[in-house]
Amino acid sequence: MTFKLAASPHSHQRRTTQQVMRWVYMALIPGLLALIYFFGWGVIWQLGLAIITAWVAEAACMSLRGRPIGFAWRDHTALVTAILLAISIPGLAPWWLIVIGTAFAVIVVKHVYGGVGQNIFNPAMAGYVLLLISFPVQMTSWPLPQQISQFELSFLDSASVIFTGFTPAGYNLEQLRMGADGLTMATPLDSLRTALNHQLTVGEALQQPIFGELAGLGWQWVNLAFLLGGLVLLKQRIISWHIPGGMLLGLMIPATLAWLFAPDQTVSPLMHLLSGATMLGAFFIATDPVTAATSNRGRFYFGALIGFIVFAIRTWGGYPDAVAFAVLLANMTVPVIDKYTQPVAYGHGGRS
Amino acid sequence: MSSSANIKAIEAGQIWSFPGSIHPPERKDLSNQTAIADMPLADSYVVPVKQHSGAAGEICITVGERVLRGQPLTKSGVSMGLPVHAPTSGTVTAIGPGRIAHPSGMADIVIRIAADGQDEAIAHTGLTDYEQVARADLLERIRAAGIAGLGGAGFPTAQKLALQRPIDYLIINGVECEPYISADDRLMREHAKTILDGAKILLHLADAKKGLVAVEDNKPEAIAALKEALADYPQFSLRVVPTKYPSGGEKQLIQLLTGRQVPSRGLPIDIGLLMQNVGTAYAVSRAIRDGEPLTQRVVTVTGEAVRRPGNYWVRIGTPVAEVLREAGFERQSDEQRIIMGGPMMGFTLPDTNVPVVKITNCLLLPNVSELAPAQQEMPCIRCGACADVCPAQLLPQQLQWLAKAKDYDGLEQQNLFDCIECGACAYVCPSEIPLVHYYRKAKAEVRNMAREKAKAEIARERFEARQERLEREKEERLERHRKAAEARKKAQAEQVKSGGDNPQDAVQAAIARAKARKAAQQKAAAEQATTEGKNEAKDGENNA
Repeated sequence: MTFKLAASPHSHQRRTTQQVMRWVYMALIPGLLALIYFFGWGVIWQLGLAIITAWVAEAACMSLRGRPIGFAWRDHTALVTAILLAISIPGLAPWWLIVIGTAFAVIVVKHVYGGVGQNIFNPAMAGYVLLLISFPVQMTSWPLPQQISQFELSFLDSASVIFTGFTPAGYNLEQLRMGADGLTMATPLDSLRTALNHQLTVGEALQQPIFGELAGLGWQWVNLAFLLGGLVLLKQRIISWHIPGGMLLGLMIPATLAWLFAPDQTVSPLMHLLSGATMLGAFFIATDPVTAATSNRGRFYFGALIGFIVFAIRTWGGYPDAVAFAVLLANMTVPVIDKYTQPVAYGHGGRS
Repeated sequence: MSSSANIKAIEAGQIWSFPGSIHPPERKDLSNQTAIADMPLADSYVVPVKQHSGAAGEICITVGERVLRGQPLTKSGVSMGLPVHAPTSGTVTAIGPGRIAHPSGMADIVIRIAADGQDEAIAHTGLTDYEQVARADLLERIRAAGIAGLGGAGFPTAQKLALQRPIDYLIINGVECEPYISADDRLMREHAKTILDGAKILLHLADAKKGLVAVEDNKPEAIAALKEALADYPQFSLRVVPTKYPSGGEKQLIQLLTGRQVPSRGLPIDIGLLMQNVGTAYAVSRAIRDGEPLTQRVVTVTGEAVRRPGNYWVRIGTPVAEVLREAGFERQSDEQRIIMGGPMMGFTLPDTNVPVVKITNCLLLPNVSELAPAQQEMPCIRCGACADVCPAQLLPQQLQWLAKAKDYDGLEQQNLFDCIECGACAYVCPSEIPLVHYYRKAKAEVRNMAREKAKAEIARERFEARQERLEREKEERLERHRKAAEARKKAQAEQVKSGGDNPQDAVQAAIARAKARKAAQQKAAAEQATTEGKNEAKDGENNA
């Protein structure tokens, strides 16, 4: 009578990669709801397109690489990439945008480097940057918050805009994005930046209807909703505080210093925190473990670097938001961060 | 090394912390509810000659010989040697290779004994006043009793005590942090006094003044029993440590109780500490007080696949099959595993013919629902859960990448050899990567390489030594010739001086004759060449 042989440990905590990923996208739900509430149904269509593209691309790559397809689908990492990219781009962007972005993210950024766990760059953010550089107009055409928009688009109207470029009533995206004054409106960060470039003070800039009580109208709640989801992930120990904490501090500290010196000419720290992709980036994007630093100390520095780059690009750079660039730049520094933040192992002179 | 502030804090009962750790389901109540029972005598026993870390002793019995319980079967001659003893009275039926309890399922020399059922023991006498006996004699008694660390490592206890270095504290380890196992727990509950007596003997032998007895806070009965017994042992103080795995690991417990860290590749004694397991302390007391050699130990038999889980006094050499029969084991499925040791660090047995040995603290028979078999390994997503739980502060995922890439320099740089193989990383890994397995393999490869390198080094040294020897011999030979030639010349000179015939004169005369002859020849040749030269010059003009 022989018995099964196995390597120790024989006991195992049942938390699989799939479960981890499931928690990640469950925690995205509050932010997603806020996006739908303020910016319409477009994001749902984008999600659908992104997920289908990701699955097809993943399956194609796995079969080309001669690996079992189900194996890759099971870990849900492509799904998370697709979701992150879909909620990062403007809701009414044309359908091919998200398809190109997702396919690039999965095929080039992930599988060309060797698949799950091997990629150097965050796939969703690399896809985002590809799109932003190649299609800047489409990538910055955010719909107006529904509260100040003249149009109310139904679920199918959104689909029509995404797939044909026009609503059934014949309006195109540019027209949809016009405010009551007949001018196309940019995102809050973009508007603020333009205003500051035109020698307006922050106070004057904030008079525009696109701003709310805390930050950009709609954006403030979207950010708070992502913060909520992020806190759930922290509570569930899916992520540790090091990356989000580092990133928020890395953004807050220079922002606060700048704001203390010149409150009229700089974006307030609160505005920084609740604008653009700050919270999504801090809790869901920068925390991608594959492309982050290894040790907790390293992860804190990694996050702080992202925060600082976001601040720098928003303040001095050529783009209104910068989370995607910041994440990719920080991805490049990971080997260096890892080299200098290796924890002192037991018995190597560290302190207890 | 040991600052007075540190000693003060230890004296004040401070409990430090260590990084990482996990909280796997303990499941100790499965086996710790009943008193330790005696395992009935088996018909036959299998005693491996080597059951400790070190060399096996020389076999001192023959096939067919009748042996008594406690009779040594091997001699402890060599330095790291430790004898094994007959577990009961009976006849030696065979000496030869047999499968032993080892992760690889390898074979070693075993001594098979057919029990005669009388369980007759060899005569032994104890010491009442051991403090009057020389230290070396006491150590020899412990060695002769075959005592090795019963906590798991199996290092010869006398050997560990023989290192005479200043010691601040002797630590008695009753933490038993591995899930399921309750052998030490029951032993502490039932034999606290004997354990402390053994601990006192160990304290005397280590020449230490103070001892700490450490127990995890999930063993309130054991703590109560120790507290009561400690009233008579003022040298010892109790330390209750929080329940987390692996707080019972030697290095981790040292960190918990003293805040010190054993230097990498060092020993606890380097920082003034010595650790012994409670089971070892018990065995030492029995060996000194009663003169009784180590022939049995407490083994936890547990898991959902046994009907009568609990702790048993099992004779060393009892086949696992016997123990399982007594505990009511029923095979549950094809996936059934038999684990020797606990769920975190134990190893699986291929079959039940292997015997219980000195370091067997547990036999775990889980069904598939309580300890699910490992799933297919998925790719690492670098989530870092492993690094969060690593008590040695390593980066398990980096080690894993490096181990798979066979990057031995990288592994060295990431301190592979500081891994204690506790399994916490693999326990939390969401991709179910058998991390410890990779580390063990990498360690074995590194050790192999070091061995190969050492071999190559020796070969090189031998080659160089040979070259040197040949060179030296050649020089010596030349020197000898030179000296012989000189001696010859000297002898000739002596001969000339003493007026004898100089052999050199004859030689000189011969040379002169030869030279004259040669000169005459050359002259004749030159004349001929001049005439020929004139002819050639004429030919040259014609050609031009």
